[in-house]
Amino acid sequence: MAYTDDSAHHDHLPQGFFRKYVWSQDHKVIAIQYASVAILAGLVGVGLSNLMRLQLGFPGKFAFIDAPHYYQFMTMHGMIMVIYLLTALFLGGFGNYLIPLMVGARDMVFPYLNMLSFWVYLVSVIVLMASFFVPGGPTGAGWTLYPPQAILPGTPGYEWGIILMLVSLLIFIVAATMGGLNYVTTVLQARTEGMTLLRMPLTVWGIFVATILALLAFPALFVSGVMMLLDRTLGTSFFMPALVSMGQVSNYKGGSPLLFQHLFWFFGHPEVYIVALPAFGIVSDLISVHARKSIFGYRTMVWAILAIGVLSVVVWAHHMFVSGMNPYFGFFFATTTLIIAVPTAIKVYNWVLTLWNGDIHLSIPMLFALAFVSTFLIGGLTGLFLGNVSVDIPLSNTYFVVAHFHMVMGVSPLLVIFGAIYHWYPKITGRMLHDGLGKLHFWVTFLGTYAIFFPMHYLGILGMPRRYYAFEGYKFIPDSAQTMNAFITVIALFVATVQLTFIFNMVWSVFHGKRAGPNPWRAASLEWQTPETPPGHGNWGPHLPVVYRGAYTYSVPGAKEDFIAQNAPPVPGDAESRLPRDKEALA
Amino acid sequence: MNQAAILKSAGGGYGKPAADNPLERRYAAISVALWLFMAVASALFLLFIAAYIMRMDAADWSPLAMPWQLWLSSAILVFASVLLQLAVSAAGSHQIERARSLLLLAGACSITFLAAQLWGWQALQAIHVTASGNPAGSFFYLLTAMHALHVAGGLVGWGMAAAGSWRQEQRRLAWRIRLCARYWHFLLAVWLLLFAALGWLTPDFVRMVCGTR
Repeated sequence: MAYTDDSAHHDHLPQGFFRKYVWSQDHKVIAIQYASVAILAGLVGVGLSNLMRLQLGFPGKFAFIDAPHYYQFMTMHGMIMVIYLLTALFLGGFGNYLIPLMVGARDMVFPYLNMLSFWVYLVSVIVLMASFFVPGGPTGAGWTLYPPQAILPGTPGYEWGIILMLVSLLIFIVAATMGGLNYVTTVLQARTEGMTLLRMPLTVWGIFVATILALLAFPALFVSGVMMLLDRTLGTSFFMPALVSMGQVSNYKGGSPLLFQHLFWFFGHPEVYIVALPAFGIVSDLISVHARKSIFGYRTMVWAILAIGVLSVVVWAHHMFVSGMNPYFGFFFATTTLIIAVPTAIKVYNWVLTLWNGDIHLSIPMLFALAFVSTFLIGGLTGLFLGNVSVDIPLSNTYFVVAHFHMVMGVSPLLVIFGAIYHWYPKITGRMLHDGLGKLHFWVTFLGTYAIFFPMHYLGILGMPRRYYAFEGYKFIPDSAQTMNAFITVIALFVATVQLTFIFNMVWSVFHGKRAGPNPWRAASLEWQTPETPPGHGNWGPHLPVVYRGAYTYSVPGAKEDFIAQNAPPVPGDAESRLPRDKEALA
Repeated sequence: MNQAAILKSAGGGYGKPAADNPLERRYAAISVALWLFMAVASALFLLFIAAYIMRMDAADWSPLAMPWQLWLSSAILVFASVLLQLAVSAAGSHQIERARSLLLLAGACSITFLAAQLWGWQALQAIHVTASGNPAGSFFYLLTAMHALHVAGGLVGWGMAAAGSWRQEQRRLAWRIRLCARYWHFLLAVWLLLFAALGWLTPDFVRMVCGTR
């Protein structure tokens, strides 16, 4: 392996438990802190979804789930899962852990800011969770927090819940911005010798572009959050129209609820890709490593990530077809939405073509990656339905949309997160996760996903409205729909319970897992070539690695091993040198 | 892979090798981060202005006359920006004393700018323009406050440069002054844009552009 001289590295090992594990500036520790908090928040989110399912499956059987509580569970479930779990885990967790290791850096370029980012994130989570304990409880405005109802009496949590929600979001945005500046600057400035942009693993590309999207899209949430907070606290009328609320004439006048929707979705749609792009990147790496093949069409994959990133900021109003708009706008937003299918389909084809003739190892990370391709394809195809204005309008307020977005941005990224944890856990802890428990976890989660969300497409086409607390007295909904709902609830409870085996596995394996060695998957990318496992402070020992090739050199005919590490010096006349040279090196 | 190709691809595209000069690398990283932050702040203010324009279309909008104090504050901010640019040149030509004085003066100007903005707020309050009344007033207070927050953030960076200006080596100080100057030019540009939008953008003009008249 080749390493460059790095005599300038003066960092000393931090001393003492607190400096090392609590107020740590080491990207690996911060990543674990971010991931742990995100997973805990996620467990709360899962619990809330199960409470909702109890009501939907067995309406009225649980007295404590009344309508206000139902809406509070729904709102908090949505916001926790999208922002505090998925965004935080992909960028703060995986971004933090993998970027420096994959580009050959010693740490993020601004370690102190990185630490601050985590602590500010933690504050945002605490503020959010505090809303469960304030008078009136958390907000029940729906995760989109649409005004005017979000801040009016009659909506659960309008007293304090909505204020804490908005404050928590604003704090989260500050944390995400601090982290984001770090990730992007690290990718641009701290790559090691030889690590050109087009040699970076696709994981880094996905996180990199997603972070840029986050940096530019979160300001829209910030703007809408600040203005709504002022409407609620100071009585401004940014979003609030003149209205009579519960018989009282309010002081609001002239504000525009539609303005909020535009701002919210200008953030909200890129948010889908802030979650999806890292997943795309990670899945590419998992598939390539576990099929022992170079990723098919690396450059097209990079361009597709960039194209999806750019397109994602010009499609936001497809979330607002039912709000009403000029038909030309509808046409524009439907068209741009459907165009996203092109780069997305390129990615799916490339994953499949990577698998084609590959030496497929059905390890647990690979199983999750394959499951992702399947759920993402289903969710993406229903996205094509909903991208059309005339199809969206009748389906928009039904369970069809619930099925669509849970398949495409709920379950799919989560499957990638599971796969990624099984894949990188040996690097993080030095031990493997338990295989049997992992297989149980995979099959229950994957099949459970389909059992839960697939029937919802059918319920949606049947016309079952989403967001409703109860469905009594709707003649067009047959009794069989209720049976289906009970079925979904039972499965959801089961699948949620089995997630505990995953948590158990993660804790148990730290102490009792099989020792992994430095590179158990025989992967070529840089993070597996660290001198120590888990990597020590500064990652690379005395010398930084030198990179000679891309991250996907697998199964070179005639080579000694079936992978060649990114930092293995080329040997003149060996199997690799007989391969057609990559264009980049010749340029 | 031949050796020349390796060297070429190894050297291209990522800055300088690690051992070259760690301080230079750190400067480059902070410079990139500042550009990025300016992009984020630009997105924020452009979205605020977009919201301002869209809200202006409503019937309850009544335009606001800008208090004269804002002209004063604008002049002060222009002055601060010019001073920092002069400080950059001074530091570049090794006149370190002069650079330090200009830097300190520019900071003082920026604090005065914030005071002048507050004075403008008071003037509006005095004629009963409240945050919760006319939406033009709400936007005025909101946008000026957001801009003031960014100036205050800049002053933190300025404070670090100023505090270190007595004990730092010349190159480091020159570099910090360059970053301050860049951010202040940005703050000035944002302020001029906001001032123009707050003072002279009318509902009629917006309706004409948006075709909603």
